[in-house]
Amino acid sequence: MDDLSQFKQTYFEESAELLEVAESGLLRLSPDNQDMDEINAVFRAVHSIKGGGGAFGFTDLVAFAHEFETVMDGVRSSTIPVTTDLVDTLIIANDVLGRLIGHAQENTPIPPGTTDAAAQALCRFLGKTGAPTKSTDSASAEATSATATATVAGAGAGAIPAADDGRKTWCIRFTPKQDLLLSGNDPSFMLRALERMGEATIDCDVSDLPSLDHMEPENLYLKWTVQLLTDQTKAQIEDPFEFVAEEGVVEITCLSETAAGPTAAKTETASVGAVAVSGSRPEADSGAASGSGQLTVYSKSGEAGAKTAANKGAGGAPPTQVAGHTIRVDLDKIDRLVNMVGEMVITQAMVAEHLRDLPPGEFQELLEGLEQLAQHTRELRESVMSIRAQPVGSVFSRMPRLVRDLAAETGKDVVLETSGENTEVDKTVIENLVDPLTHMIRNSIDHGLETPDAREAAGKPRTGIVHLSAQHRSGRIVIEVSDDGRGINRPRVLEKAVEQGLVPAGASLSDEDIDNLIFLPGFSTADKVSNISGRGVGMDVVRRNISGLGGRIAVYSAPGQGSRFVLSLPLTLAVLDGMVISVGAERFVLPLTNIVESLRPKHADLHGLVNKCDVMMARGEYVRLVYLHKLFGIPGAVEDASKGLVVLVESEGDGRLGLVVDEVLGQQQVVIKSLEANFRRLDGVGAATILGDGRVALILDVAGLQEMSQHSGSGGGVRQISDLASPAAVPLLRAS
Amino acid sequence: MKKKVLTVDDSRTMREMVSFTLKGAGYDVVEAGDGQQALNALGVNKVDLVIADLNMPVMDGITLIKRMRATPAYRTLPVLMLTTESDDKKKSEGRSAGATGWIVKPFDPAKLISVVQKVCG
Amino acid sequence: MSSNSLSVVGRTEMAASTSHEEQYVTFTVGAEEYGVKILSVREIRGWTPESRLPNLADYVRGVVNLRGIIIPIFDLRARFGGGCTEVTKLHVVVVIQVGERTRGILVDAISDILTIGHDQIKPPPTLDSSMVEAQYLSGLYTCDQRMVTLLDVTKLFAEETGEEEHLAQRANMGTARAA
Repeated sequence: MDDLSQFKQTYFEESAELLEVAESGLLRLSPDNQDMDEINAVFRAVHSIKGGGGAFGFTDLVAFAHEFETVMDGVRSSTIPVTTDLVDTLIIANDVLGRLIGHAQENTPIPPGTTDAAAQALCRFLGKTGAPTKSTDSASAEATSATATATVAGAGAGAIPAADDGRKTWCIRFTPKQDLLLSGNDPSFMLRALERMGEATIDCDVSDLPSLDHMEPENLYLKWTVQLLTDQTKAQIEDPFEFVAEEGVVEITCLSETAAGPTAAKTETASVGAVAVSGSRPEADSGAASGSGQLTVYSKSGEAGAKTAANKGAGGAPPTQVAGHTIRVDLDKIDRLVNMVGEMVITQAMVAEHLRDLPPGEFQELLEGLEQLAQHTRELRESVMSIRAQPVGSVFSRMPRLVRDLAAETGKDVVLETSGENTEVDKTVIENLVDPLTHMIRNSIDHGLETPDAREAAGKPRTGIVHLSAQHRSGRIVIEVSDDGRGINRPRVLEKAVEQGLVPAGASLSDEDIDNLIFLPGFSTADKVSNISGRGVGMDVVRRNISGLGGRIAVYSAPGQGSRFVLSLPLTLAVLDGMVISVGAERFVLPLTNIVESLRPKHADLHGLVNKCDVMMARGEYVRLVYLHKLFGIPGAVEDASKGLVVLVESEGDGRLGLVVDEVLGQQQVVIKSLEANFRRLDGVGAATILGDGRVALILDVAGLQEMSQHSGSGGGVRQISDLASPAAVPLLRAS
Repeated sequence: MKKKVLTVDDSRTMREMVSFTLKGAGYDVVEAGDGQQALNALGVNKVDLVIADLNMPVMDGITLIKRMRATPAYRTLPVLMLTTESDDKKKSEGRSAGATGWIVKPFDPAKLISVVQKVCG
Repeated sequence: MSSNSLSVVGRTEMAASTSHEEQYVTFTVGAEEYGVKILSVREIRGWTPESRLPNLADYVRGVVNLRGIIIPIFDLRARFGGGCTEVTKLHVVVVIQVGERTRGILVDAISDILTIGHDQIKPPPTLDSSMVEAQYLSGLYTCDQRMVTLLDVTKLFAEETGEEEHLAQRANMGTARAA
């Protein structure tokens, strides 16, 4: 079995998926909603976990999964009614099963009592009393199957004295039923198996063969007699005929005279079927004899399982299961493909760069070919990225559980509504969504929603609603978490922020600024640390993580009506469409999604505003100018905006601004490379990339630039390295 | 010429284990996640043996066997039931549907190989 | 790890393998010679122009593309207060790998590969421990009357690359430190 241990990883991965399937199925299960397909899916999930667990000898896990499976079997055969109590028990059982798998995976011992409560609870529904015996070995499916093998061998040994050193001659008469072939059995394999056991003489009796016009081609009219000189036992000789017991009769006679015992020469007309049956019966008996209550359940479940499968077997084809032509590909392989496409994008850009200076008109075909290559590269990239795209539903599906637990913990009535689960996004983003969403939902339930009584008093339904939605919007994924709770308590937030020294006393802040205080590092309104939130690890971490991914988060709140958190992220963290710009000797990439337009302002369009910053009139609106060379301290750049270019940019939640740069070099697809892998996050910088000439260019984070420029006051200014140690700092604190 | 085995199981772990074991014993293996996929796979592969789990979504093993037996091309194709249910009832249900034989889960690799050899050489 | 060994990590390491020798790559910066353990040196490459990073100290020269990954380049001379290196094609970058992270250190020239026994390493004289130089040094070695300053690569520019933040995040401490 050592060979198979390499599949443990697969088993654990699959089990994790199955646990999720089971959980989401159970979370939807209620006395009012008993979807048979879902119940079957939960049953199969537990069943598969048990089956795989048996293969690896996870005996405790198998024993517990078995209890769980048995109850699920009762549910699907409607012998166990669905009650809230039952659903709660099953959800807990699913958790316990998850823990057992965790212990198996980490190879840590299972703490005593891990399964007791849950197993007892399950037993209640099986009409049993007392805890199940934790006799692991007898409950283990692996052990039972081992017993079965042993018993079969034993039965053979009992019938004929154990084989001695010398070989014996056996006579095997095999008279198959006429329709044997229709069960897929082929007598030639059985005869060959006998041949391999020793010296065999095979006679075929064709006397029953009808004349050709009466012959059914798929019927078998032959009988065989084999004389076999072998050292094998009778059981071993019977073995090839294991599956044909009901299809015919096998007579095995020992012809050799031996001194071993009086039974030796006696002809035994043993139908192999009888052996098979007697092989399986003692298995059950011996198990029961070992005194395990567990095994009783086991066989009971076997029967119940057979019954329900018989009832449902032919009819049920649950439509929910995703079937069809899919393959499962190792993630590493896809990542390699993505990397390769990334390198190809770089190469293509490099070729394009080299050919840019060609005299126009002369190399028309080459340039056309290059244009096509660019187009194909783009399509290839999109195809590859779509392979990695997953619906956000895989993250959303974890949230009902969270909501359920939080509701129980806080004593609030909460309904979670979701929409847009099918919105697809790259797996790099999916992976990074779980934590922020968890935090945001926690925050909504803990701080946003009122208690049922308070809601009633406020004229609202007792049950609060948390809505989780996803949608694509202008090349990004936008996820919203909204609640219909009390909204942000602004006076209290401000008071706490002052108390915690995050805002100077007497500061005057707009409502929006106050709402945004909740994103400040260290901010907490909780007076005491609760289990749920209020540990000071909260929305600031959410914001920091989100901005690390090139995303933004904004909050909108209306007192008494609720709050809405809006999270916007790029669809992929692997490649982006960007505009390459230059400032001094440096080149940067601006994400195309942030760019409104680029302008070459006239001197008359530019104005100073109270000596604080420059503004520019663009399309009838004044926008603040930010000089990238000042903000980043780049020497040798164009300093007069009217001599350079202004790129009008905007970001989620924040307004527009005009970024003053030297030159716009062109649009290009760039592969996003992490700066943090070997360095650290920098303000105003989302990531980095490699341009066609092999040089690194920083990808700008527009919202970060906005924050920086507000922080430094005058549209630019050098900050010290010590500042860079602090995360996207505090642009809100404008004491007045 | 290698014999080709189709393993049908909704559990990836189980499929991979069967596949690994049989490949090690010199068989070609194709995989399917349920009965419907198995029928599809049979259409495009020349298969010498099917090993089918019984409890599967979309189309369970018994239905798969019945469908196969109703299709002339697969009337005599060996099918082994792979099942944790070791009781006779399940077995006989499979038998009457036309199964060739059975393997009880969990199996050890040697046992699997010997059963496979028994029905397809 | 016991609290005892924490305070003297460098020495514990040495003590643990007293009988062993280790190879060091040595390089020069101005008149001084430095050495780092050869096992941490991933490669040595000629200097190529870096892309600058905004608003950082002068010893952070910028980032370069090392076969598809982006690594920071630090100027050792500048870090030790000797001013920014005026780079030429003859300058070299020692690419160091510590754990998963890779960084480049700009030096004047590679000088030697030395095999040094642990017992031949002298502890550095007590420097003000707040000085960054003191944190980097792991010992001194004398070779033909040259003094080679051995550097601890695990500490070398670790802070500048945000290693602490990295660790803090891993430890799930979450909250930001006060600015």
